Amino acid sequence: MQQPALFEYVLRMADDSLILGQRLGEWCGHGPILEEDIAMTNISLDLIGQAISLYDLAAELEGGGKTHDDLAFLRFENQYKNVLLVEQPNGDFAMTMLRQFFFDAFRKPLYEALCKSPITQLAAIAEKSLKETRYHLKHSSEWVIRMGDGTEESHQRAQAAIDHLWRYTAELFYEDTIDEQLQAQQQVPVLKEIQAAWMETVKAVLSEATLVLPTNNWKFEGGRQGRHSEHMGYLLAELQYMQRAYPDMQW
Amino acid sequence: MSNTEWPLWEVFIRSKQGLNHKHVGSLRAPDATLALENARDVYTRRSEGISIWVVESSNIHATDIDEVAEFFEPSDTKIYRHPTFYEVPEGVKHM
Repeated sequence: MQQPALFEYVLRMADDSLILGQRLGEWCGHGPILEEDIAMTNISLDLIGQAISLYDLAAELEGGGKTHDDLAFLRFENQYKNVLLVEQPNGDFAMTMLRQFFFDAFRKPLYEALCKSPITQLAAIAEKSLKETRYHLKHSSEWVIRMGDGTEESHQRAQAAIDHLWRYTAELFYEDTIDEQLQAQQQVPVLKEIQAAWMETVKAVLSEATLVLPTNNWKFEGGRQGRHSEHMGYLLAELQYMQRAYPDMQW
Repeated sequence: MSNTEWPLWEVFIRSKQGLNHKHVGSLRAPDATLALENARDVYTRRSEGISIWVVESSNIHATDIDEVAEFFEPSDTKIYRHPTFYEVPEGVKHM
C-alpha cells in the first residue's frame, strides 16, 4: 500500500458514516411519526451513500482488489475505526437527534475543509457530501431546539441525552500519527480548527434550545483504534448477517 | 389524542420545468419550518421539485360537495364559452 495513512484516514470516515447510517436505519418503521421516520431513513441512506464512496476510495488506496462491500461487511469488530459516538444505541428520539446533532456539527466543518484538500477524490466526495450534511445539521438542530425549548418532558429528555452523550464527543477530535502525517502534507485539516467550529455551533443551538453543556470532562475513546463499546458487536451482527450467512450474495 | 396531534399541512411543489406549484399531498408537522423539511423528505426524494410551498390545511377554504350542482353544472350547457367555433387560419402556430 502506497499511502497507508490516507487509507486509514478514509476508512475512519467511512466507518463513522456506515455505523451511524446503520443506527438510523434501525428507526425504519419505528419513527415517532411517519414524516420523521422517512426523514431519518433519508439521512441514513445519505450516510450509507457517503460510506460507499469513501470505501471505494479506501479500497482503491489499499490496492488489493476489494470492494466497498468487502470493507463494509467482512471485517471484524476491532477492524472498524468509527468513533464510539456513532455506535451508541438509538435510545429515545432525543438521544438519536442529539447524537445526530453532535455528529453533523462535526461533519459539516470537516467536509468544508476537505473540499480544499489536494487529494482530488476526497475533495470531490466532501463537496457532494457537504450538501447532504448541511441539511442533516439543519434538521437535527431544528429538533434539538424544539425539544429543548418544548415541553418539560422533551426538555428533560434532551438534556439527559446531552449529559449521556457528552463523554463521547471529545473523540470526534481525536488525532494520532495518521492525522499528523496527512496534516504535515496539508492534505487534511487540523481538527482543532474543526473543533472550534463545532463548539460554536453546539453552543449556539443549545443556547437557543435552553439546554446546557455538561461541566464534566469525562472522555471515552478507543473507537479509532478499534476498541469499541459493548453495543458494537450487536450492531455488526445485524449489519453483517446476510453476507456472513450467504457469502457473496447479491440482490 | 386529537388535541395533541400536529396540524395538517398541504404541500405544493414546483418541478424543474413547471411554471406553477402543484398540490402533491399533505403531511403533519408542528410548525412551518418542519413542515417544509418534512415535505422535502416525503415528497421530493426522487427529484420531484425545486420549490416547495406548505399551507396549513385549516387555512384552505373549499367548495361544498353538496353544492356541486349549483356551482358547476350551469357551465356544462354553455358550450359557446369554449373557443371551438373559430376557424384557425392557416399559418397560425402554437394555438
